Amino acid sequence: MARIDLVDLAHSYSGNAAPAESFALKPVTMTWRQGGAYALLGPSGCGKTTLLNLISGIVTPSRGKILFDGVDITPLSTQRRNIAQVFQFPVIYDTMTVGQNLAFPLKNRGVPKAEIDARVAEIADLLDLTPYLSRKATRLTADAKQKISLGRGLVRSDVAAVLFDEPLTVIDPELKWQLRSKLKALHRALDLTMIYVTHDQTEALTFADTVVVMHDGRVVQSGTPAELFDRPAHTFVGYFIGSPGMNIVPAEVRGREARIDGHTIMLNRNYDGLPKAAKIEIGVRPEFVNVAPPGSGLLAANIERIDDLGRIRFARVRVGDVKFAARVPAGFSVPDNQAGLVFDPSHVHVYADSLLVEGT
Amino acid sequence: MDKTVNQKAWFLVLPVFLVVAFSAILPLMTVVNYSMQDTFGNNQFFWNGVGWFKELLDPSTDLGGRFFASLWRNLFFSAVILAIEVPLGIVVALSMPRQGWSVAACLVILALPLLIPWNVVGTIWQIFGRPDIGLLGYVLNNLGINYNYVSNEFDAWATVIVMDVWHWTSLVALLCYAGLKSIPDAYYQAAQIDGASRWAVFTAIQLPKMHRVLLIAVLLRFMDSFMIYTEPFVVTGGGPGNSTTFISIELVKIALGQFDLGKAAALSLVYNLIIIIVCWVFYTVMTNAGAERRPNQGVA
Amino acid sequence: MSVTLDHVTRLIDGVPAIRDVSLTLERGTLSVLLGPTLSGKTSIMRLLAGLDKPTSGRVLVDAKDVTGVDVRKRSVAMVYQQFINYPSLTVYENIASPLRVQRKPRLEIEKRVQEAARLLKLEPYLDRTPLQLSGGQQQRTAIARALVKGADLVLLDEPLANLDYKLREELRTELPRIFEASGAIFVYATTEPTEALLLGGRTVCMWEGEVLQAGDTSKVYRHPDTLRVAQVFSDPPLNIVGIEKKNGSVQYAGGVQAPASGLYAGLGDGAYRVGFRAHQLELASGAAGRHAFHATVTVTEITGSESFVHLSRDASNWVAVLHGVHEFPPGHVLDAALDPNNLFVFDAAGRLVASPGAM
Repeated sequence: MARIDLVDLAHSYSGNAAPAESFALKPVTMTWRQGGAYALLGPSGCGKTTLLNLISGIVTPSRGKILFDGVDITPLSTQRRNIAQVFQFPVIYDTMTVGQNLAFPLKNRGVPKAEIDARVAEIADLLDLTPYLSRKATRLTADAKQKISLGRGLVRSDVAAVLFDEPLTVIDPELKWQLRSKLKALHRALDLTMIYVTHDQTEALTFADTVVVMHDGRVVQSGTPAELFDRPAHTFVGYFIGSPGMNIVPAEVRGREARIDGHTIMLNRNYDGLPKAAKIEIGVRPEFVNVAPPGSGLLAANIERIDDLGRIRFARVRVGDVKFAARVPAGFSVPDNQAGLVFDPSHVHVYADSLLVEGT
Repeated sequence: MDKTVNQKAWFLVLPVFLVVAFSAILPLMTVVNYSMQDTFGNNQFFWNGVGWFKELLDPSTDLGGRFFASLWRNLFFSAVILAIEVPLGIVVALSMPRQGWSVAACLVILALPLLIPWNVVGTIWQIFGRPDIGLLGYVLNNLGINYNYVSNEFDAWATVIVMDVWHWTSLVALLCYAGLKSIPDAYYQAAQIDGASRWAVFTAIQLPKMHRVLLIAVLLRFMDSFMIYTEPFVVTGGGPGNSTTFISIELVKIALGQFDLGKAAALSLVYNLIIIIVCWVFYTVMTNAGAERRPNQGVA
Repeated sequence: MSVTLDHVTRLIDGVPAIRDVSLTLERGTLSVLLGPTLSGKTSIMRLLAGLDKPTSGRVLVDAKDVTGVDVRKRSVAMVYQQFINYPSLTVYENIASPLRVQRKPRLEIEKRVQEAARLLKLEPYLDRTPLQLSGGQQQRTAIARALVKGADLVLLDEPLANLDYKLREELRTELPRIFEASGAIFVYATTEPTEALLLGGRTVCMWEGEVLQAGDTSKVYRHPDTLRVAQVFSDPPLNIVGIEKKNGSVQYAGGVQAPASGLYAGLGDGAYRVGFRAHQLELASGAAGRHAFHATVTVTEITGSESFVHLSRDASNWVAVLHGVHEFPPGHVLDAALDPNNLFVFDAAGRLVASPGAM
């Protein structure tokens, strides 16, 4: 249990002298509170695994410091950092039983036997592993093995943080639901600081209180799932969060009006004084675009197809050269696939050079 | 996995079959044939049935006595070199770097002894160990250690064993290294995070993951060491006395020295059988020890 | 052209991997094999490709028995979960490789590679080698190679499983269009219900080596034959509750009694199991005619556009989905309601007896 401070932390695999743009992790300063559930979210190569490895000590940073509860632990080795980590693929000690696997991190640290047994029993119970405790771990299925890995990560009560590196990769969809809510429940029950790395927005958003979205070695936004969804600070966040992502469309913005394809959309705020040379775009989530039969005052669009996801449907529409996704109700149809789009002005955001502009 | 059957494929195997027939099966049958007969030269043969085998397996006869004496020597030799080379090979593999340019350098250095032909290895050590002109023998004797592999049994044994260890530990090390390389980094990282000691990493991760290659290493080293001929023949010639006369050396003495083809044939068949049986035992024991650890995943 | 599996069974070490599967795949169709890991999806593909021989049963191509015919004589292309390309060849040569094997003229190769590259948006990368590409581009190259081969049967075994979430989302929406343009028989294995829904076509629902149900994707989704199909084809997992119907009313397990309205009206007296997906469970809707339960919140998962509320009720765990952001503290007790017109009823043997008509 610890508060974690990253102070001007940066890393380049080719050393400190490398040009700033080539850094795998560009300088970041942030604080993670003790007992919080955090997710590092981004596509492959965004720097999230680098950041995780810096925290666990597998990689030593080119610059900056990491503090656990105010103590600089940057020069310490992984072993002395007092953290636990769960990897993408199950790591199982082949010759040991499930119980011995769970007890391993405690045994190595010379915890008294009675305490080990109590803690192993508690963790096994939380993960439904109790019936398997005396079985050889190699004989189990992939998801049971991953549960053992999770258990080994959670078994120590004194760790500064538990790190998860895409731990649900090998798990079937239905079990993912179970394990995800289990992890959340474990977080509540154990009061550990947890950091979860993933490229899967659903896993990140459902697990974490605070999601740190990374792109190209930078933290582009850090916030609650609702903040990321409602007010993406960067067009990348808009695109990456939400399925399908935010519609991001070049537009001319003047005052309280945006023009797309010769059509005017009203905005909730005033955007005078946008930087002159900037690339101006507006962003609106598919959930806040309404598709209606064509009519005056609506943005005329052509429906290309409707994706039926079972519980929800998204229309894929085209306005001139621009593609939109919009959520539509069950049984929706319009004649000749011609439709008009209506935007909810309170959810239309304006971006200048990919960054959110606060209107006045 | 049964593949779909393609009859034409048999034609492609035919040449190999013929080669094997001429190179292995026919000579083997000839040996079986010889083992049942006696000859006094002039290409005249007399039927002897299982007579040679009886004599061979009876330690009170000359042939039997020589056979059992050399068999024990052989088994002792194999046991010693396995007991040295396997742990040593593991240690060498563990201490090798896992990445960087030094990997290539280490591999080349390790591979060097393996590339030298047997008789050259023998010759090198024969000269190396000579008290008069060999570096090793000269240095040892000057240090006050009375070392002479020609006259002293212990010295002869030590020389043969050290020579084999020098020649073949690399093989075990290379196999173990390959096994170690196949362990994903995550295992080492996890062990570090779990606070495992170096010894715990070895017993909990590295040894179980090396299990398969160790099986291969033990089999190869056993077979090779049990059939050893050239190096001791070149260095000690089987002496002093008969102290380093292994079965293969004995065999050559009987077949070519005395031209007792029948006895030699019977000996080589038994020799062959022992190798097969011991290998089978090794294999069964080691795979059974591993079978328990193999994952048991049915269709679930 | 069509491919048929006729009562095919395959044993591996005496254990059935595939049990009595009969399946016909027609030209120009896309069939999604949907089922959890080890349900037999890969085994079916290997049988279709001719890599494995059935223990019993036949494999027919256009009604001609090809059981045991070598895979090289069949017109098959395969894409795997791992990105398999020739590492030393450029993307262009990778895509062209099956045509080179077929000794096609140079001009035709050029034309077909360009066509496939355009379809899969690989044109800018034709001169690079696979290791210089992202995972998504590598997998596109593998798919392009499978397409350009002109095979009658294209098998894709969880091709997107190793890709990032967003790339997966993008390729998923592109693939149906690419399949349409090709006209071969496509078979696509996945563990994810959402993927099956997005790809459309037909869905073959698999469980423990058996085909549970095969048919139009939306039909299988909306009218699952059995409780098991509904479970395999639900994400989040299907919610289930037992009921007893007697004298015009239904008694839910765990003690809620309600009039047998809606779909319950047509049922005979007896015990049933009711299945409903997360979006069919309403939280505090207050609409009339609903059957209400007291349920305790265990966890709320928020994705922004939706909130998944995990509930514990009686002995079972349910999941409900709500639009937008709704956070309930764990332990909070709320009213969860079922619309008796909007659920699936299965008999004691797990067969569907009632489902919402116009869904």
